[in-house]
Amino acid sequence: MSTGSNPGQATNWIIDDPVAGVFKVNRSAFTSQEVLELERERIFDRAWLYLGHESELLNPNDFLTRSVGGRELIFNRNRKGEFQAFLNTCPHRGAQVVREPTGNAISFKCFYHGWAFNNNGKFATKSPPETYPDSFNCAGDVDLPRVPRLESYRGFYFINYDAGAESLLDFLGGAVDVLDIVSDHSPNGMEIVGGAHEYSIRANWKLLLENSFDGFHAAETHETYFDYLISELGSDVLSDIKTLQEINRAHNFPQGHSFTEARAPWGRPVARSIPTWGEKGKAQEAAMVAELNERVGPERALRIADRDRNAGFFPNLVINDIMAITVRTFYPVQPDLMLVRSWALAPVGEDLEARHRRLNNFLEFLGPGGFATPDDVEALESAQRGYAAAKLAPWNDISRGMLRALPRADDESQMRTFWREWNRRMQGGR
Amino acid sequence: MGNVMAIAQSRPRADYEDFLYHEAALLDQWRLEEWFALFAPGATYEVPTMGKARDATPDNALFYVADDYRRLRHRVDRLLKKAAHAEWPRSSHVRMIGNVRVEGADERGTQIACSFVTYRSKNNITDTYIGHTYYTLVDDGGQLKIQSKRVLLGMNSLQPHGKISIIL
Repeated sequence: MSTGSNPGQATNWIIDDPVAGVFKVNRSAFTSQEVLELERERIFDRAWLYLGHESELLNPNDFLTRSVGGRELIFNRNRKGEFQAFLNTCPHRGAQVVREPTGNAISFKCFYHGWAFNNNGKFATKSPPETYPDSFNCAGDVDLPRVPRLESYRGFYFINYDAGAESLLDFLGGAVDVLDIVSDHSPNGMEIVGGAHEYSIRANWKLLLENSFDGFHAAETHETYFDYLISELGSDVLSDIKTLQEINRAHNFPQGHSFTEARAPWGRPVARSIPTWGEKGKAQEAAMVAELNERVGPERALRIADRDRNAGFFPNLVINDIMAITVRTFYPVQPDLMLVRSWALAPVGEDLEARHRRLNNFLEFLGPGGFATPDDVEALESAQRGYAAAKLAPWNDISRGMLRALPRADDESQMRTFWREWNRRMQGGR
Repeated sequence: MGNVMAIAQSRPRADYEDFLYHEAALLDQWRLEEWFALFAPGATYEVPTMGKARDATPDNALFYVADDYRRLRHRVDRLLKKAAHAEWPRSSHVRMIGNVRVEGADERGTQIACSFVTYRSKNNITDTYIGHTYYTLVDDGGQLKIQSKRVLLGMNSLQPHGKISIIL
């Protein structure tokens, strides 16, 4: 395991000793510009990256613009309703062809010189004779460039910048279980609701992936949130937490994805009532459980209604299915700065009161103005400041529970799963 | 609340300005209990995500903050604890308020609008929050109280702030 003090020379950033039960990550992985450039080449340009959910483009010709993996994209549907992804840069001189966040259009026109494209990306600029040769664009070289790969699973659209990449399904592997479960919350399908939380964190992007399925930090970092729950729900929630440790597991997949599954004391909009939701809320949640039992069977219904999941999909997609469902993705601008976007996923046609409970839960815990996320941001930024001492204090410890037979949600096997895949790809593995 | 009457519109604008300056000073000084006492029972404090309409509802749009009176009380309790890590050690802030307008009055109270710039400084970084705040103020036995406070942020995202860990 060589990990030099010069990160440019490092060939291995982790120490992985399953016999001794020790796992370490070198802190240069969070601070080095060379590492970031290698991540862009070997991870973000080769792995499947989350683009958006089908519900964000309801109608033919709908479009949205979004930055994914450091590139500006247009995600749209054509007249036939087919989903497509283009690089949002004019083949003429580079300006962004679409500058609105969302809309509906059968064609796009660049504001700089007026080059135009239909919504299949085909060059459609009218010019006087002799302006361009007759053979102009016969190779399609001035069409709006397509993202090399676009594939979806249950309405979740992903892109890949590597035309030769494996299929999305092979990449997701067994972790599709989480996409199935969140898609099965409702018989009517699921949708993104109400906009997005967009914020930045002055820390390395991998710290947010770790944090998002880290069962170990919850009680300490989020003490004030649990205080709030206890004052609202009574101290029984504490004894609940102890009992619930028995069903607390991490599930890891060789592609680098993981999810934790456990049971927490908060209410779930589908479908675990808490006393503050009242008799009506209790009845509504019971009806949802009955519907789930009927539709997906009792075993799966129990997982949907009464288990809380935090999933991390390699490299930068998080789905937390907890007191609400968040879909969160993030991307590094610098080694010590990431941009974060998160959306709330909810049943189509959700009852208004259930929707109210969901969005309340969402902003209360998951949002950057809530009772928990600001403290996560503080913790990540604090760790990043600590890495200034990396030369003298070079290692993060990720060993928790490494010798335990069945990894728990509050162990660190899910981070180790991520880091092994990260390290494999950083060595050049595909 | 029985004696709350929408008679506040008879006040001169300077009264409302004084009230907003007082509120800002309490927040600048972390006097959160006194700040909470400025709210009428049943009041709300809300910060929608960027670009939302002034009358957006947290029932179908994503907000950063959508506190009813009960959760606002919890917010204050939380921010006064050392375990509110983002604000312990505490940041320092400066709030500037301008363009105060009395927009009108109805049975709900008097509508006041203002613009703000709030600076928050911690860890050698100063973040700037800008926007417009819309208040409904009521007169409670001669004292102005906040019935609702809605903050429409003027940035297009929380970059580089990362969070709203203070009260705006």
